[in-house]
Amino acid sequence: MTTYEGVIGLEVHAELETESKMFCSCAVVDSTSATPNTHVCPVCLGMPGVLPVINRQAIEFGLMVGLALNCEIPEFSQFARKSYFYPDLPKGYQISQYEFPLAINGWLEIDLPDGSTKRVHIRRAHLEEDAGKLTHEGDHSLVDLNRAGVPLLEIVSEADIHTADEAEAYARKLRAILRYLGVNSGDMSKGVLRMEPNISVRPVGSDELRTRTEIKNLNSIRSVTRGSAYEIERQSAVYESGGTVQQATMGWDEARQLTVVQRYKETAEDYRYFPEPDLPVLNVSREWVEEMRANLPELPDAKRDRFISEYGLSRYDASVLVAERAVAEYYEAALNAGGDPKQVANYITGDVFRQMNTEGRDRDDIGVIKLTPTALAALVTLVQNGTINHNIAKKLLEALYAEGGDPVQLVERQGLAQVSDTDVLSQAVAAVLDEHPDEVTRYLGGEEKLIKFLMGMVMRAMRGKADAQIVQGLLVEQLDARRT
Amino acid sequence: MKVDRQTVEHIAELAKLQLSETEIERFAEQLSDILNYAERLQELDTDAIPPTASVLPLSNVLRADSAQPSLPRDEALANTADQAEGQFRVEAVLDDSSD
Repeated sequence: MTTYEGVIGLEVHAELETESKMFCSCAVVDSTSATPNTHVCPVCLGMPGVLPVINRQAIEFGLMVGLALNCEIPEFSQFARKSYFYPDLPKGYQISQYEFPLAINGWLEIDLPDGSTKRVHIRRAHLEEDAGKLTHEGDHSLVDLNRAGVPLLEIVSEADIHTADEAEAYARKLRAILRYLGVNSGDMSKGVLRMEPNISVRPVGSDELRTRTEIKNLNSIRSVTRGSAYEIERQSAVYESGGTVQQATMGWDEARQLTVVQRYKETAEDYRYFPEPDLPVLNVSREWVEEMRANLPELPDAKRDRFISEYGLSRYDASVLVAERAVAEYYEAALNAGGDPKQVANYITGDVFRQMNTEGRDRDDIGVIKLTPTALAALVTLVQNGTINHNIAKKLLEALYAEGGDPVQLVERQGLAQVSDTDVLSQAVAAVLDEHPDEVTRYLGGEEKLIKFLMGMVMRAMRGKADAQIVQGLLVEQLDARRT
Repeated sequence: MKVDRQTVEHIAELAKLQLSETEIERFAEQLSDILNYAERLQELDTDAIPPTASVLPLSNVLRADSAQPSLPRDEALANTADQAEGQFRVEAVLDDSSD
């Protein structure tokens, strides 16, 4: 039996978070919630006689993405008309880029589940305008053009991706970079970031390229992973049974978790591209490129490496913290407030994320939770200097997460400070041993695990505030003293 | 090149324009004149001239990213033949959009 591997290229469409549209001054708004057709003007409505003017910020966002993806930025760039007739673009063509995109020949390093990394090559990134939104109603469709003309960056990878896991890692890393750059919210459910894998399979070891299918407009990373996995399996089974794969555009059926054919592509579409006569060309000076490069924030990989070397974190912990820019910022804010790097990392990736999961919050919301970075740093310090023990810290963190506040004050007000006074603890231990003669006898008879039960009893008597290490020592000591 | 009245009517239909009889005749004549004038360009020998997308010596014409008020919605929809719920209403299209 032949084993097949996937050959996947990913096309990603990212709306750019500019204030105004690509070629006119209409505001860019959330097209899932804005009242239809309230952010349109003669330019994006395709009225005759109007002229587009390029939004400088959109070009600069595009350059930043190109640089972040290690692309070459050609000195010459140009827009082109892509003709197609569909009511989502009233001009009858989309202004896009064809021969002279903004960025070419880049790469992105992805992290795979087994801990290895791999470079996926980027073929190009080009700017275009987004189309409007159609709602189908029986034999009619309704057209909302708020989204028509929103700057859209299309990022095209080479077909370097061979598994669904790699497709997922690529999608995640690219999304993180766009969010770090502040050019796209990454909110795929709102359609501002859309992904289209094109997929074929071939026998492992061969370098042939077979007929591919394309899955359109995926709106979650999970559907990229599952759609890719499904297509690889489906196409492999087709070849395995002696059939051939037909070139097609597919959709992902979320409910049934499978791909469905939308249409078969028999001929290549002819978009009749030609240079856009209404827009002057772009000369991208090297000074401009360097200015953009200097503006780039620290990107996830660089931040991860710095967290490892500067704070002594494991690669895994560092990767988890940098996956969302907001989490990385929260982490460093807690360190600036005096928190210990490893302990703060442990609390964030453990208790804080757990609280957020329970509440159903996304990790990128960490900046708005009531437990502030300063409070977390103070909490960690209280544990480290022995003022409170781990159990109290856990409870305190829950309280701070729910209500906010200053842990130092809370510890004072609620009398949560750890009791380390040997005399007090000694009496508590003696009392517990007196109350549990059976357990003491069994312990002395060899059932040593009962010390945990006795420990629990002392902790209960001390309302959780006893210094566990001291209690442990006292228990062993006093139990030994009761051997006859 | 002569533009006949069928061509004018066809263009008017595509542009959703309603023309009177006199307008059809006048535009047929005017469009013919314009095309004839432009046809004179065909006589030029352009063998040694490289193709260009633009004849203007312009580049990097950019605007600052600031939003301005858009059209009121009723104005945006004023010219459409059919509308519903504040949206343009068109015959259902089966094929999906491009990209």
